[in-house]
Amino acid sequence: MAPYSAFSILRNALSGQKNWQRAWRAAEPKRSYDVIVVGGGGHGLATAFYLAENHGVRNVAVLEKGYIGGGNVGRNTTVIRSNYLLDGNTQFYEFSMKLWEGMSQALNFNVMFSQRGQLVTAHSADQLDGFGHRANIMRLNGIDADILDRDDVRRLVPYLDFSDTARFPIHGAIFQGRAGTARHDAVAWGYARAADGHGVDIIQNCEVTGFIRDGNGIVGVETTKGRIGAGKVGLAVAGHTSMLGAKARLELPIESHVLQAFVTEPLKPLVDHVVAYGADHFYVSQSDKGGLVFGGNLDGYNSYAQRGNLGVVREVAEAAIALMPCISRIRLLRHWGGVMDMTPDASPIICPTPVDGLYLNGGWCYGGFKATPASGWCFAHTIATGKPHPLIAAYGLDRFRTGRTLDEAGAGPSAWLQ
Amino acid sequence: MLRFECPCCGPRDHDEFRYGGDASVRRPAHDDPDPEAWYAYVYVRKNPAGLHREFWQHVTGCRQWLVVERDTRTHVISTVTFARASQA
Repeated sequence: MAPYSAFSILRNALSGQKNWQRAWRAAEPKRSYDVIVVGGGGHGLATAFYLAENHGVRNVAVLEKGYIGGGNVGRNTTVIRSNYLLDGNTQFYEFSMKLWEGMSQALNFNVMFSQRGQLVTAHSADQLDGFGHRANIMRLNGIDADILDRDDVRRLVPYLDFSDTARFPIHGAIFQGRAGTARHDAVAWGYARAADGHGVDIIQNCEVTGFIRDGNGIVGVETTKGRIGAGKVGLAVAGHTSMLGAKARLELPIESHVLQAFVTEPLKPLVDHVVAYGADHFYVSQSDKGGLVFGGNLDGYNSYAQRGNLGVVREVAEAAIALMPCISRIRLLRHWGGVMDMTPDASPIICPTPVDGLYLNGGWCYGGFKATPASGWCFAHTIATGKPHPLIAAYGLDRFRTGRTLDEAGAGPSAWLQ
Repeated sequence: MLRFECPCCGPRDHDEFRYGGDASVRRPAHDDPDPEAWYAYVYVRKNPAGLHREFWQHVTGCRQWLVVERDTRTHVISTVTFARASQA
């Protein structure tokens, strides 16, 4: 695979753009692999890449039931941040941030990582105190965090509602300057291309329909393209983990819920950062094409339908206009839904399972995109060594039995309230 | 939007209801000392792609708790009954 470079752009320009290679091969399944990763989303592809890159495991297949980039990796709002409060989350997401900072170079693929900064508005003195607590924890972990007062926020994002009639007046904000966005499709394509470059077979339109068992172990998978043997199988199918888990007789603390995202018609540059509303669930950034990309709450009831409900469209629009009255006349271009694995504490599950040879990566709730590189890195380590990577020690399945849940929001065990 | 056929109030809009989660889980007896039974009740869910029995409360109507059977792929509602009359 020829690397992308200024020279390759020039050379291909001179030959009429006719000699670009495929970014990855259209592989057909072999009889067996050392490792099969089920799910060709960001996490699955990153896992395959790091298995080859970090552990020398190259006889790997990624099985994707649809096409690369067609699942949640292409349906999210692309926000990347590491402003987590709880031990276990804080360090994991910061490790992920560091991988994002080097990703375009590591993959030889421009993922358009833009560290434009993210702020969350505070709407009372108490909320700002809470943000101070969070910022201190971040700084103690070597993560950048700043507390802004009302005037600071006004200088940074003057288009928010600073009027006397604001429904929830802005007191200040917490700001992480290294946070930002990346181009989500490029992340999928970049990992797919880099994994393929290491010899990984990426097999699209290949749905896993069952597991081949041998005693308490799994020795392969049944697919729509036939049986494929495997030394180890890693599941990275967030949204549908329960369905595949059930085929492997795993009972999981997961519910599937739909989360909607929205994009407006293109505007001139307005939103220079990622802005999250501290008084309700709404966050927004502006894409390179000019559309405002935003999201809000879950629809709030179990769903495998990749489409949302009008009630949430209305709620999100209300929150948007309460924070940014200036966008009240902007038209919505599209909205869509993605199916999330929601766990009872809104933290992910990455671990070996009670089934020999089966490893689980799921439960990403609505935080999966920012975790993509660290999730792949740590899951690859877990599969290659059979032991959890230290950064995901807190993400075991047994934490619900032992009471060591990581409930960032303090929302209790109802998955739909997280 | 979902529309529920409330057995007390008739057809009503989704906005009048609050979700209450999976109605097929069984609460262990109050004095059950087995942590595994409580783990299963609090956390483990079948999470089917298909028919799902779930609780909804008609909060801005009759305030009754209902058990609704709904397809999680299509949102087609097949039955709505009072939760008190429903077997888990």
